[in-house]
Amino acid sequence: MKQIILLCLFVVFSCKEESKNAAEVKANTAVPEKKETAIDVSQIDLEIYDYDGLEPLINKKDDKIHVVNFWATWCAPCVKELPYFEKLNQEYKDENVEVLLVSLDFPRNYETKLKLFMKKHNLQSKVIAFDDVDQNRWIPAINEKWSGALPATIIYNNNKRQFYERSFTQEELEIELKQFLN
Amino acid sequence: MNFTKKNHEHLNRRSVVSKTLKLLAVLVLAVTLSAFTINIDGDGYKIGDIATDFSLENIDGSMVSLTDYNDAKGFIVIFTCNTCPYAVAYEDRIEALNKKYADAGYPVVAIMPNNTDIKPGDNMEAMKARAKAKGFTFAYLMDKGQKIYPQYGATKTPHVYILEKTKKGNIVKYIGAIDDNYKDAKAVTTKYVEDAVNALLNKQDIEIKETRAIGCSIKV
Repeated sequence: MKQIILLCLFVVFSCKEESKNAAEVKANTAVPEKKETAIDVSQIDLEIYDYDGLEPLINKKDDKIHVVNFWATWCAPCVKELPYFEKLNQEYKDENVEVLLVSLDFPRNYETKLKLFMKKHNLQSKVIAFDDVDQNRWIPAINEKWSGALPATIIYNNNKRQFYERSFTQEELEIELKQFLN
Repeated sequence: MNFTKKNHEHLNRRSVVSKTLKLLAVLVLAVTLSAFTINIDGDGYKIGDIATDFSLENIDGSMVSLTDYNDAKGFIVIFTCNTCPYAVAYEDRIEALNKKYADAGYPVVAIMPNNTDIKPGDNMEAMKARAKAKGFTFAYLMDKGQKIYPQYGATKTPHVYILEKTKKGNIVKYIGAIDDNYKDAKAVTTKYVEDAVNALLNKQDIEIKETRAIGCSIKV
């Protein structure tokens, strides 16, 4: 029960985050972004990849079920569904499920937004940053049907691969995952 | 968002009630949130399709249709908004496109497709303020009721459709991104939209007709 309440808190908190981000963007992007010095993010190690680096990480050949979520702290629907991926990572660990959160945050926001978000929300799934401007190359390479909208998710194992350009509820996400669990 | 908060308070007040009730509330919350974020369907225009006209409110209060542009040879229709960082990154480049091509016959027509209940930062007042602050010279229209963007098949902001005006109608000639570097206008190597419009103006074939780029999903 505690988990569910936490989830709710997370969701409500995420919404606040969204309106804050929107307000910031609206105000003026040229203004230097406000740093919250109260939280120290220096301990957070962030791996940064281009597409050549990312490619093997989203095409692993092992016995696991991989859930890869493309997101960004500025993407409100992504932030909303992030707790569901976290829950998946936690609750299905024993069933060989591994979640990878691929952030498309802008590099200038790695310290001020992404790492801060990771720390604040204590993200347990592996988070990596993906920075490659040649989007017209890698979007269709990741999936031919992907228009480029976020969020997007891949679920795959050795036998099967599904791509989703959409948002999920917890329930919807678990339904998709269960297709891979047998 | 108020609804979410209310729901949450509601949950707190009744924290002594049975687990089942709590679970139900969470489900309602989840379903409510999901209703806000569903977006994609596979439909929309392909290259060569005839694009619909519209009558949408501009930031100056007038209603704008493509047929209003008597001298246009075509249009650079861009679904964009105030709140998406990718759209913001392209604001100056969108304005530059209009300056460069409006007189040549290809004006920019920007359409804001988001549900402004979800994204108040994209409402008409905010659109006006943004246009004023940035000195937009193109029409910046509100897709009120969100009827137009699904017909085009736009899924994100920014999302460009270049149309060529013909006797048959406005034919879709290019779909996709503005250029190949969202981060740095100076580092762009291929200006997809400019290349396409130049080709149309020179009556040549467009080399790259479709491109993909990351953007913010349109908020339904």
